[in-house]
Amino acid sequence: MGHIRGIMSDIKITIIDREGEAHTVDAPTDMNMNLMEVIRSYELAPEGTIGICGGMAMCASCQCYMLNFQHMLPEKSVEEEDMLDQAFFVDDNSRLSCQIPITEELDGLEVKIAPTSE
Amino acid sequence: MIKTDILIIGAGPTGLFAVFEAGLLKLKCHLIDALPQPGGQCSEIYPKKPIYDIPGFPEILAGDLVDNLMEQIKPFEPGFTLGERAETIDKQEDGSFIVTTNKGTRHHAPVIVIAGGLGSFEPRKPPIAGIKDYEDKGVAYIIRDPEIYRDKKIVIAGGGDSALDWSIYLAEIAKEVSLVHRRKDFRGALDSVEKVEELSKLGKINLVTDAEVVDLKGEDKLESVLIRHKDEARGEELKETDYFIPLFGLSPKLGPIANWGLEIEKNAIKVDNSYDYQTNIPGIYAIGDVNTYKGKLKLILCGFHEAAIMCQSAYQRINPDKKYVMKYTTVSGVSGFDGSRKEAKREVIKNIE
Repeated sequence: MGHIRGIMSDIKITIIDREGEAHTVDAPTDMNMNLMEVIRSYELAPEGTIGICGGMAMCASCQCYMLNFQHMLPEKSVEEEDMLDQAFFVDDNSRLSCQIPITEELDGLEVKIAPTSE
Repeated sequence: MIKTDILIIGAGPTGLFAVFEAGLLKLKCHLIDALPQPGGQCSEIYPKKPIYDIPGFPEILAGDLVDNLMEQIKPFEPGFTLGERAETIDKQEDGSFIVTTNKGTRHHAPVIVIAGGLGSFEPRKPPIAGIKDYEDKGVAYIIRDPEIYRDKKIVIAGGGDSALDWSIYLAEIAKEVSLVHRRKDFRGALDSVEKVEELSKLGKINLVTDAEVVDLKGEDKLESVLIRHKDEARGEELKETDYFIPLFGLSPKLGPIANWGLEIEKNAIKVDNSYDYQTNIPGIYAIGDVNTYKGKLKLILCGFHEAAIMCQSAYQRINPDKKYVMKYTTVSGVSGFDGSRKEAKREVIKNIE
């Protein structure tokens, strides 16, 4: 039994920016978006400091800490593991937000954007 | 001194296609790129990834796109300065520019086109307080001459191929090599991982896993690094060393271009998108991912479009007295600087009596 989708299927996500401010935003589940793109679309991190590689798990600039729902997220790909391995400020709950698709199950997700490094 | 009509900084797909558009207008191009091969990100980061939004190609591998572009521009004999980063720009009295690379190669052209994408790829620096103060005083991010490490104590940090490979190499010549990695698993080629394991057992590499270098100490130069173990029981240890070499891969940086007096917004160069993608400095254009304007899309196909428009303006700048009429390759063919000629086959005309 699959979900019956409404016409609009937004979920709420709380994103804590690099200055520590929390923003609860609507994220569409029907636009093939990932978490990094949501953060960029609301301009919660300056352009050029997030999603630099465009979402290919190749730069780690979109690293976020997952504050809840960790067990519900897709497994890390080899590429994501590789990249997190080279990134800084990495924690056990670190993920590349470009690798987290926005799905209905993630309604109420809370994340914190990791600091930038040089 | 290298002389050309259009000096292109960045040899990614946009820069390469600009050579073609310029060639149609009989303008010669030379490209500078910090990477050792043309193609930019397409070659360096994702050569084996398919791209689905190149018009006319339902699917093409990034590496193949670069190969095709190189083939397409071959008749226009572009010059390349590879493995060097454009460092400084000097405007001449006649309005032309001299661009000098970090290795001192000088290029002279009336038109500069920045097609630098995300910028040049630079080593990632770990966020350790005060690390800058020790650069060239014991801290290095790239190994240029391994001989300087002979009979020295070295601490390498990282878990990828370069950290593994250099640990193996330096184990032979250095007095002592420590490899510090945040985790137990290494993400390099299996051969290298096994070799490091073997050298570690032989005592030739001091392998420190589940640990991070968190501080650097020393009076005038690096004398020791502070290693923090994940295992709190083991705490921290001060490790005496002559050199600390963090190897955490490359990340793109706008780099010296950011200091050329160009108007920068959102980490990109502002251009006039209502006309010709020229920057605030006349004669310097910016095309592809490196530029920004209202509605900008960082797509390869947009870079191609910008390249074509830019070349028309560059032509006017170089030949102010000439009137140029845009020609279709289908009609006019392509005449290379190498004497080659491509054109549509003429229909055979034969009278029917």
